[in-house]
Amino acid sequence: MTTHHFPEGQDLERFIKRRRQKGVFWRSLFLLATTLGVIILMVLLLSIIDDSLGYAAVQYKIEPHDLVVDFYQAIVLDASNARTFDDADALARALAQTPAAVGLLEEDVFLAHADALRALAVEDGGLTGVVVAVSQQNDWAQSMRSGEMMTLFTIAETWADVRPGWPNTPIQRYLPPADSPLLTSFIAQTYGDDPAQQPVEALLAMLAQQLSPGALRQLMAEKPLAQRTQAEVLDILEERVLQPTILETWSLSQSLFHKDEIEKAMAAMPAAALEFRHWVTWDFITSPQSSKPELAGVRTAIIGSLWVVLITLLFSVPVGIGAAIYLEEYGSGSRLDQFIENNINNLAGVPSIIYGMLGLAVFVRALEPLTSGSLFGLADPTTANGRTILAAGLTLGLLILPIIIINAREAIRAVPRALREASYGLGATRWQTIWHHVLPNAIPGILTGSILAISRAFGETAPLVVVGASTAIFMDPSGPFSKFTTLPIQIYQWTSRPQAAFQNLAAAAIIVLLALLLALNAVAVILRNKYQRSY
Amino acid sequence: MAEHPASNGAYAIEARKLNVFYGDFHAVKDVDLTIEKNKITALIGPSGCGKSTVLRSFNRMNDLIPVARVQGDVLFHGKNIYDSDVDPVQVRRRIGMVFQKPNPFPKSIYDNVIWGAKINGFRGDFDALVEESLRGAALWDEVKDKLDANGYSLSGGQQQRLCIARALAVKPEIILMDEPTSALDPIASLRIEELMIQLAEEYTIIVVTHNMQQAARVSDYTAFFTVDEHRTGYLEEFGVTDELFTVPKSKITEDYITGRFG
Repeated sequence: MTTHHFPEGQDLERFIKRRRQKGVFWRSLFLLATTLGVIILMVLLLSIIDDSLGYAAVQYKIEPHDLVVDFYQAIVLDASNARTFDDADALARALAQTPAAVGLLEEDVFLAHADALRALAVEDGGLTGVVVAVSQQNDWAQSMRSGEMMTLFTIAETWADVRPGWPNTPIQRYLPPADSPLLTSFIAQTYGDDPAQQPVEALLAMLAQQLSPGALRQLMAEKPLAQRTQAEVLDILEERVLQPTILETWSLSQSLFHKDEIEKAMAAMPAAALEFRHWVTWDFITSPQSSKPELAGVRTAIIGSLWVVLITLLFSVPVGIGAAIYLEEYGSGSRLDQFIENNINNLAGVPSIIYGMLGLAVFVRALEPLTSGSLFGLADPTTANGRTILAAGLTLGLLILPIIIINAREAIRAVPRALREASYGLGATRWQTIWHHVLPNAIPGILTGSILAISRAFGETAPLVVVGASTAIFMDPSGPFSKFTTLPIQIYQWTSRPQAAFQNLAAAAIIVLLALLLALNAVAVILRNKYQRSY
Repeated sequence: MAEHPASNGAYAIEARKLNVFYGDFHAVKDVDLTIEKNKITALIGPSGCGKSTVLRSFNRMNDLIPVARVQGDVLFHGKNIYDSDVDPVQVRRRIGMVFQKPNPFPKSIYDNVIWGAKINGFRGDFDALVEESLRGAALWDEVKDKLDANGYSLSGGQQQRLCIARALAVKPEIILMDEPTSALDPIASLRIEELMIQLAEEYTIIVVTHNMQQAARVSDYTAFFTVDEHRTGYLEEFGVTDELFTVPKSKITEDYITGRFG
C-alpha cells in the first residue's frame, strides 16, 4: 500500500495531456509572433519594390528615334548625287537604266521590276521591308557588309570608296522622298535609332545641331566636348535636347494587373510613350540630385551620408571604446562611476530629435567657428553657418556614443576573468593586461557593436533635420565644412513631393539605403564569425 | 610598522594576524601561517573556509576584487607585501600563480611561455627560456615540435602544465596553486602531482586542494581551515602532513579528515 501524492491512471493521462497542451499553446503563440514579424517585413519590402518598378508615361520634347533618324536622313539626302523620286515606279525605271546607281524600293515595287534589277544582300544582318537594289547592268556589287552599306549612302563618292576593287564611277543614289516610311525605316535599320548606341562623334554632331551656339559655348567652357565620353554626351543630350518628362507612373502591381487602365490613361496622352522603368539604375546611383525626376539620382546624398558617417565614426568609436575601457577596467564602482554608468544607460534611450536640438545648440550655434571651418579659414562661402557635415557628424556621434559604450563594455566584460588573472599572476600591469589580453579578445565584439551603432547613425533622419541638412542641394559635398544632405533626408524630401515620379525615386532610394545598411551589417556578421572566440 | 622578530628570512612567506574582508563580510580571521622554503604546503578545508582567499592574499591577487580589504601582515623576505611602498606587480612576478581551470592565453605555446618574461623586461635568449621552462613543467617532449600551435589545442592536463611553464618562465620563488587538478582527469592530476614534487626542489609551493588524498600524497605541511558560526574562515590546525592526517590535535580536524563533515 503506497500513499504518494502523484496522479495515476486516468488522472496521470489527463495531467500529461494538459501539460502538453500548455506547451503547444505557448509554442504556437511564439510561432505566430515570429510569423507576424516576418509577414510585416515582407509587406514592407514588397511595397518598396512595388514602387521601384513599373510603367511610366514618358513624353520627350524630341523623340529619341526622331532625333537619330532625322540626323542621318539629312546626311543621306545631302550626299552627292542623291535624287529623290516621288514615284517609286519612276525610281525603279531610272535605276534599271543606270549601272552606277543604287536605290531604295519597297518589296512589291522591286518584284514588279525584278527582270531589270538586282537586290543587294547585307551579309551581317538584313533589312526588312526595304530592298536596296541596283541595275542588272551593275556587274560588281552582289552583297555588302552593313558598314559598307552605311558609307554607300553617305560619305562614299564612288563605288571604289565603298570597296576597293569596285569601279571608280560616282554613285548615283535614288531615294524615296524625305520622311517617307520607306526612307526612315531604312535609316533606322541601317544607322540605328537609339541615341545610346550612337558613337560619340554622331552624338556631338546632333548636339551641335540642336543647341544654340551660346549654349554650346557654355558646355565647351565647362569641359571641351571632344574630351567627354559617350555616356557624358548622352547625358547632356538627354537633359538639353530630348528632355523627357514623366507624365505619370504606375507601380509594379498596377503594371501587372491593371494594364487596361494604363492603356486608357495612355490614350488620353497621345504624345507620351509607355516605358517599363526600373528606378534603381546605375544612373540613379551616380547622378546628382535634380529637380527633374527623370534625371535625379542619389550620388549627392550617398556622398553626404558617407561623409557624415565618417565623422561620426572618427568621433564616437575612439571616445566610446575609451570610456568603456575606463568604466570596465579602471572604474572602481564608486558613487561617481555608478552615476556615470546610469547616465550612459539612460542616454541610450533619449529620443534622437533631442540629440538634434543639442547638436543645433552646441555644434551649429555655439561652436559655429569650428564647425563652419571659419576658424581654419576653410569656411564654404555658400554655407555661411555651422550647418555642416562636421556638425551633423558630431551630433550623430553623440547619439550613438552611449550605444557604442554599452556594446564595448559588453564585449570587454565577456573577456574571461581567468585571462586577466593569468596576466596579473605573471606580474603584468593593468595596462599590459588590457592592451595584450583584454582588447585583442574584445575587439571583434567591440567592432560588431560599433558597426551596428554606425548603421543606426546611417539611417537617422530627425536629428539631421534639426541640425539643418539641406533638402535640395545639387553639388556634391567637398569636405567636412560643406553643406550636405543624406540618404534618409533625400528620401524624406522626395516622399513629400507631389509629383508621382518622386515617390518612385524615394522607393528606389530606400532600396539603395537598405542595401548599404545590409552591407554594413554583413560586415559585422563576417567579423563576428571570423574572430570566433578562441578561449 | 610592527617589528617582526622572527622574520629573518628563514621562511618563504609568513602570514601574521591576516584578516580579509569582502565589503562587510569577514572572510578570513586572524590567520598565522609560516611557509617553509622548498616545501609543499597544502591548504585544505570545507568549501567557503577561506583557503583560496588566504592563498590569493599571498600575491595580492585579492587586490583585483574592488571590495576586498586585507588587514595584518604577509611577510616576504621580511617585508610586508601590503606596505604602501610595495608594488603588487613586483610581488606577483616573484610569487607566481597557477589557477583552478587551465587558462593559457589564446596564443601559441611559445608566446604563452615568453609573454610573462617579455613584459617583465627579459633580455635573454627566448628560445632557451622556452625550452627550460617547458622542461621544468615536464611538457617539453610533448610540444617541442609544435611550439607554434595554439595553447588551446593541448589537452587539459597539458594546458595546466603549460600554465606552470608560463609561471616558471618569470623565475618566481614561490608558486601558488589554486586547486590545480580539480578540472583534470585522474591521470593528468597524477602527472601534475609528480611535477609538484619535482618543482619543490627549486621552488616553494603552496597548494589549495579539495582532495585530501592529494594533500596527503604530495604535501610536507598541511593547514586545515574551517569556518566559525559567522561563516568566517580561520586556521584550525597547521602541522606536518603525516602528523596532521594520523594524529590530529583538533577534534574538528579529525572529523573532517575522516570524512564526517565537509
